[in-house]
Amino acid sequence: MGLLDIFRKPKTTSAQIAKERLQIVISHERAARGSPDYLPRLKQDILEVIRRYHAIADEQVELRVDKDGGREILELNVTLGNEAETPPR
Amino acid sequence: MAKIIVVTSGKGGVGKTTSAAAFSTGLATHGHKTVVIDFDVGLRNLDLIMGCERRVVYDLINVIHNEATLNQALIRDKRIDNLYILPASQTRDKDALNLEGVERVLEELKQQDFDYIVCDSPAGIEQGAQMALYFADEALIVTNPEVSSVRDSDRILGILQSKSRRAENSAEPVKEHLLITRYHPGRVSSGDMLSKEDILDILAIPLLGVIPESPAVLKASNAGTPVILDEKSDAGQAYDDAVARFLGEDRPLRFIKAEKRGLLNRLFG
Repeated sequence: MGLLDIFRKPKTTSAQIAKERLQIVISHERAARGSPDYLPRLKQDILEVIRRYHAIADEQVELRVDKDGGREILELNVTLGNEAETPPR
Repeated sequence: MAKIIVVTSGKGGVGKTTSAAAFSTGLATHGHKTVVIDFDVGLRNLDLIMGCERRVVYDLINVIHNEATLNQALIRDKRIDNLYILPASQTRDKDALNLEGVERVLEELKQQDFDYIVCDSPAGIEQGAQMALYFADEALIVTNPEVSSVRDSDRILGILQSKSRRAENSAEPVKEHLLITRYHPGRVSSGDMLSKEDILDILAIPLLGVIPESPAVLKASNAGTPVILDEKSDAGQAYDDAVARFLGEDRPLRFIKAEKRGLLNRLFG
C-alpha cells in the first residue's frame, strides 16, 4: 500500500469478488447434486407446456428435488408475471 | 488395521503428487509402515517425485492383472525405512483399473501390516479418480487458493460423500482433511488471493495444513526428493506439521503471515 492509498476509499479486493462468486456457484451446484439428470429436460418440457397458455421467461420456472427423510420430493414453482400476456397463437 | 488415505483434488496441477509423496514420507518418518500408490494410470509421475523412476519394473496394473506379484511391484524407498512405492503403469490406460483388482491389492497390502496406504489420485472426476477414492477411510483434499481449484474440491467432496464405498454402504463417512497448497501470505494480505478463512468458509471441512508457495517444491521435484525431507525449507516444515497434526499432535499453523515490510517499502511500495 503506497502513501496515497490512505486517502482512497477501500475498494473491493479481487479475493472478495472470488469468494462471492464461489459461494454463489457452489451453492447452486450443491443444490443440483444428487438430483436426477433428467431435471433440465423436464424443466424444458414444462416450460413448453406452460408457454402454450402463458408467456413466461425461463427463470420463472424453478424445479428441484428435495430430500425429506427417505422420501424425495419434486418441487415445482412457477411464477406468473403481473403483466399477463395473451398466449402466443 | 491399515488406514487408506486418498490424496485428491479434482483439479490437476494443484500439488496432489507432491503432497502424496511428502505426506507418505512423513508418515514413514514418524515410524509408520506406509505405501504410496500412484493411481494415475498412463501418466505415471509419483516415481519421479519419489526419485525411484529407474527402479520401476512392475506396476499396479501388472499386479491387478496377475502379471506380477505385489512384492515384485513394490519399490522400497532407499532413504526411509518403512516406506514403499507402488507405481502406476505408463503404457496402459485407465480402463485397465477395476474395482475388484484394486480391492484385492489393498487387501493384500493390509495383510502385509501396512499402517497407511496412501492413494495418489489422478486429476479429474472420472473412473481413475473414483477408483482412487472408492476404498478410502480418510481424504486429503488438496486445494489452491484459486477459484477453479476450490470449486473442483467441492465437486470431489460431493463424490466422496456419494460414491465412496463408505457412502454406498452407509458406513461412517470418509474423514475429510483440507490441505491448502501454494499459499502466498503476501498476496492474501493485499487482497489478491483467497485467504485460508475464505476457503474454509466455502468448503467447510477441517483444515489439516497450509503449505506456502515455495521454491523448495520445484527444487525437491527436480532432485526426486520429497520436499518434506528438505527440513530447512518452509514447505518441508509445513508438510511435517500437517503429518504431525494428522497423527494427533497439536501444532500451530506457520508460514501464514506476510513478511513484514520496511517503512520505506510500505510508503512507496
